[in-house]
Amino acid sequence: MGRHWPWRLGLGVLTAVVAGLPLVVTNPYYVNILCIIGLNSMIVIGLNLLVGYTGQISLGHAAFYSLGAYLSGLLTGSFGFPPWPTILLAMALTGLVAFLIGVPTLKLAGNYLVMATLGFNLIVNIVIVQWDDLTGGPSGFPGIPTLTLGGFAFDSDLRWYFLIWFFTLAGLVLALNLVDSRVGRALRAIHGSPVAAATLGVNVARFKAAVFVLSALYASLAGSLYAHYLSFISPKTFDVFFSVELVTMVIIGGMGSVWGSLMGAIILTPLPQVLAFFDEWKEVIYGGLLVIILIFSPQGLFILLSQGLRPRRKEAGRA
Amino acid sequence: MTIQFLFTGLTTGAIYALIAIGFCVVHNATGIVNFAQVDFVTLGGMLLYTFLHQAGLPLWLDFPLAVTGVAVIGGVLERLTLRPARSNQVLILIFITIGASIFLRGGMEHVWGRSSLAVRPISGGGPLEILGAAVMPQSLWVMALTGLCVAALTWYFRRTRPGKAMRAVADNPKAASLVGIDVAWMKTLAFAISGGVGALAGMLIVPITTLAYDVGVMIGLKGFAAAVLGGYGNFLGAILGGLTLGVVESLGAGLISSTYKDVIAFVILLLVLFLRPSGLLGTGAGERV
Repeated sequence: MGRHWPWRLGLGVLTAVVAGLPLVVTNPYYVNILCIIGLNSMIVIGLNLLVGYTGQISLGHAAFYSLGAYLSGLLTGSFGFPPWPTILLAMALTGLVAFLIGVPTLKLAGNYLVMATLGFNLIVNIVIVQWDDLTGGPSGFPGIPTLTLGGFAFDSDLRWYFLIWFFTLAGLVLALNLVDSRVGRALRAIHGSPVAAATLGVNVARFKAAVFVLSALYASLAGSLYAHYLSFISPKTFDVFFSVELVTMVIIGGMGSVWGSLMGAIILTPLPQVLAFFDEWKEVIYGGLLVIILIFSPQGLFILLSQGLRPRRKEAGRA
Repeated sequence: MTIQFLFTGLTTGAIYALIAIGFCVVHNATGIVNFAQVDFVTLGGMLLYTFLHQAGLPLWLDFPLAVTGVAVIGGVLERLTLRPARSNQVLILIFITIGASIFLRGGMEHVWGRSSLAVRPISGGGPLEILGAAVMPQSLWVMALTGLCVAALTWYFRRTRPGKAMRAVADNPKAASLVGIDVAWMKTLAFAISGGVGALAGMLIVPITTLAYDVGVMIGLKGFAAAVLGGYGNFLGAILGGLTLGVVESLGAGLISSTYKDVIAFVILLLVLFLRPSGLLGTGAGERV
């Protein structure tokens, strides 16, 4: 028990909700949305480790997502690779790419990671669109095999729902443990003051690069699962605007809050469908809402809510 | 052939340079990247289309009207979104401009529709022959008006009181406010200037490309790459970065592969960040921690 009880309780409640939800939600369309929420949550949890603990944002996580999806999709679909090991291979390669981008840019003061990841995302997306004899180009790549475990095939939305959320919850637990560990404290020290952390013996550059790579691994895993789940991928899913959406989920949920990540994904994933009701005003409303929330609640909705629920007390003790 | 690519490159390069200047002006006054800059470009083209083809106003009137219009929109944008922001975190402020960008793009889609529009060039007539290359008159207009705009901005920042005040804010906002400069107003003014400059870029480029509600995104992001290439925040660097990017892109597309034309700018962006993050002319911007 001890100081871990709030998040263990939260995790218990969340697991129960995830397990029970299919009893209430039976329409395959809604199950599909729940699956996408799970995948987005996974990416956002990883991305929020980066944002929350290095103070840097990446506008390239859609590209890492697409690397996972396209590596898994192409290697299993066109070249007959076995799916599960390919997921690991895709993660390894994506992690390597993230490492190569992160090491030089994260050493710099200021927001150079934004620029580098933005450029990287644009490059990856254009290459996927243009290299059409391999990737299928703008019309997409179909026929990706589904995953099997022993003789059990994940061949329905419901089965995928449980598989995806298993990984999402695993990712959540990993993130919560990481935040609570020695590594998490080092990361928070870096966020507070890189110089102070360095004088205490924390290798700032290495930690920053490591957390960036870790966040890319989350995205890559989600991408592989997405490809096997839908069996069809197209470049539109992974453009820069999706990267923007992912960071929006982080910010709206609450920067540096693992639970906030989940909340950001749950609120923002179905939002386009909800706003589709407004038809051509959709973008205007989306942009307007984003601006208003950022102006008035920059700390994110999760923190806003949890402060609202908590009994009032003086904030003086908080550093 | 190479001369031909050079002219094409200098034309788009001039546009990138203008957009890069817009990014720099805002960065110097506020310290943030204003992603709505890309929509200022589109908005300029859209207003030109409306004034010229829908309202039938003469060209000499359209240009100042559209520049003023987008400048006002830029200033209002800053006043309504960034000034009331309750956070001074750069990340949040940048994302406010991204939200504003989505909002503006959605609005333009609503007002002008999704289909492509065509805008006629400033002067008609066939291509002129210069040094064996065929140059469209619009290219000359682009270069001439960009040059004029740069000269006017240089005069503004070097010789006028508000221009000097803006440079003071860029240098040290606290000291600037101590000597009585209205820093908040300077930020609004910076957004207005970047709006006007972006609008000019848009008006000059849309007769060459076509006009649609999202035309500014790709051009604008390349302008951003140009600003980084030149040394983010550096005025002269922005111009040099824009022209370099335009020429390299045009030569690369012509001599190597036109399929990957759009990749070139961003590969250069990554290379600059990895090898020389302070850019061509930047000084301390890329400091290591």
